[in-house]
Amino acid sequence: MSWAFLRDLLSGVNKYSTGIGRIWVAVVFIFRLLVYVAAAENIWKYEHDEFECNIKQPGCENVCFDHFFPVSHIRLWALQLILVSTPSLLVVFHVAYRENREKKHNQKLYKSPGEIDGGLLYTYLISLVLKTGFEIVFLILFYKLYNGFQIPHLVKCDVRPCPNTVDCYISKPTEKMIFLYFLVATSCLCIVLNLSELSYLICKYSVKCYLKRYTKKHRGSTSDCHKSGTISHRRAAAAGPVHDSSLSLPLNAEGGHEKISPLT
Amino acid sequence: MDWGSLQAILGGVNKHSTSIGKIWLTVLFIFRIMILVVAAERVWGDEQQDFVCNTLQPGCRNVCYDHFFPISHIRLWALQLIFVSTPALLVAMHVAYTRHEKKRRFRNGEKIDIEELKNEKIHIRGPLWWTYTSSIFFRIIFEAVFMYVFYYMYDGYQMPRLVKCDAWPCPNVVDCFVSRPTEKTTFTIFMLAVSGICMTLNLAELCYLVAKICMKQSRKTAALK
Repeated sequence: MSWAFLRDLLSGVNKYSTGIGRIWVAVVFIFRLLVYVAAAENIWKYEHDEFECNIKQPGCENVCFDHFFPVSHIRLWALQLILVSTPSLLVVFHVAYRENREKKHNQKLYKSPGEIDGGLLYTYLISLVLKTGFEIVFLILFYKLYNGFQIPHLVKCDVRPCPNTVDCYISKPTEKMIFLYFLVATSCLCIVLNLSELSYLICKYSVKCYLKRYTKKHRGSTSDCHKSGTISHRRAAAAGPVHDSSLSLPLNAEGGHEKISPLT
Repeated sequence: MDWGSLQAILGGVNKHSTSIGKIWLTVLFIFRIMILVVAAERVWGDEQQDFVCNTLQPGCRNVCYDHFFPISHIRLWALQLIFVSTPALLVAMHVAYTRHEKKRRFRNGEKIDIEELKNEKIHIRGPLWWTYTSSIFFRIIFEAVFMYVFYYMYDGYQMPRLVKCDAWPCPNVVDCFVSRPTEKTTFTIFMLAVSGICMTLNLAELCYLVAKICMKQSRKTAALK
């Protein structure tokens, strides 16, 4: 069990995303997950061993480290990555449910199980709201736990059994701060992407709904926007290419690579 | 998730690159990513543990290490590789968009062979030319920026054996010794040389693309006349 699991999960989600959703997946893979695994993890690797206090009292260092770092930055970062990626599972489950239903009834119930309309639209919107919510919660948590996004060189500790106020030195504070800012910047970028995708989907489907009502009103019958998932309805108005879920990036490595490319 | 995933992503871009682009990709994988993972990471692995200062004052070592190495070489290289590889994704996205447009036209009734579409090599012309050229341009910019950052942060590309540190709480000017300075200098110069080669390849590719389009235009105007 490793980050490869998350990578495979998100590759699966990519199929049902909009264009902005795919950009979000790319940002999460490359600027968050890859940076975490390739660079950030090693900075925090020996943080406890390298945390040094100006005292020989046994236990003082342990207690002071625990007091100032209740949960390490790197663990919070990992939790954030996991929690931010999981709402996408809701979409995967919903699509699987639709496909199962089609199999059970042995007939085509939906235009395409992966197309974002009807109930799947609401699931998708909820997943976006949850993703954004988790991002914001973690940013606030980082801010509150560590008094801003600064990492000091030195902390003064007077927790028992330290005999009095003791100077404790944190290892690699500048490097940690740089990567912390990088984390914050990518989080904010992901929040912006999620919010734009949310507004784009809401606008698109509101316009669609309004146009349907308008055309049906002209023909003298009432319309119902929520039944758009079933095949009996007319085809949706021609949409631009970014929204179509069949858009796929040709990112399989050539030469017969068996690995799943994260962005297809 | 590791460099292998990045390799899988970039491998797909390879199909639509020029020959120089394919050479660049090979150099990137073999002489940069592989060297970073297999060798350089081990050289820098024990950098703080073996950074020794001539004092017993607790905290002095931490503070001096942080003062002289605000961000480690190995992390800067990892970031450089990530940033330099990302523009290639723009090309991948554009190719995906082009393919999707063709599929849409097929669905609307035009006759296009789907199997051929999947394996078709998309030629670098029109809007794709602009995307490809801008991706090369960004690559060059990122390489140059990182090379400059290295130079600026570490006053050149040499790793000193000894640094003199007087940051608080060190009691006075203290000698601190860097671990494996020669090996680190060797790798720094190697990575610098490979960066230079990559930049040269990118510049050559850029010139080639521009020359190709100019020749095409002149042939068109000659044919019209």
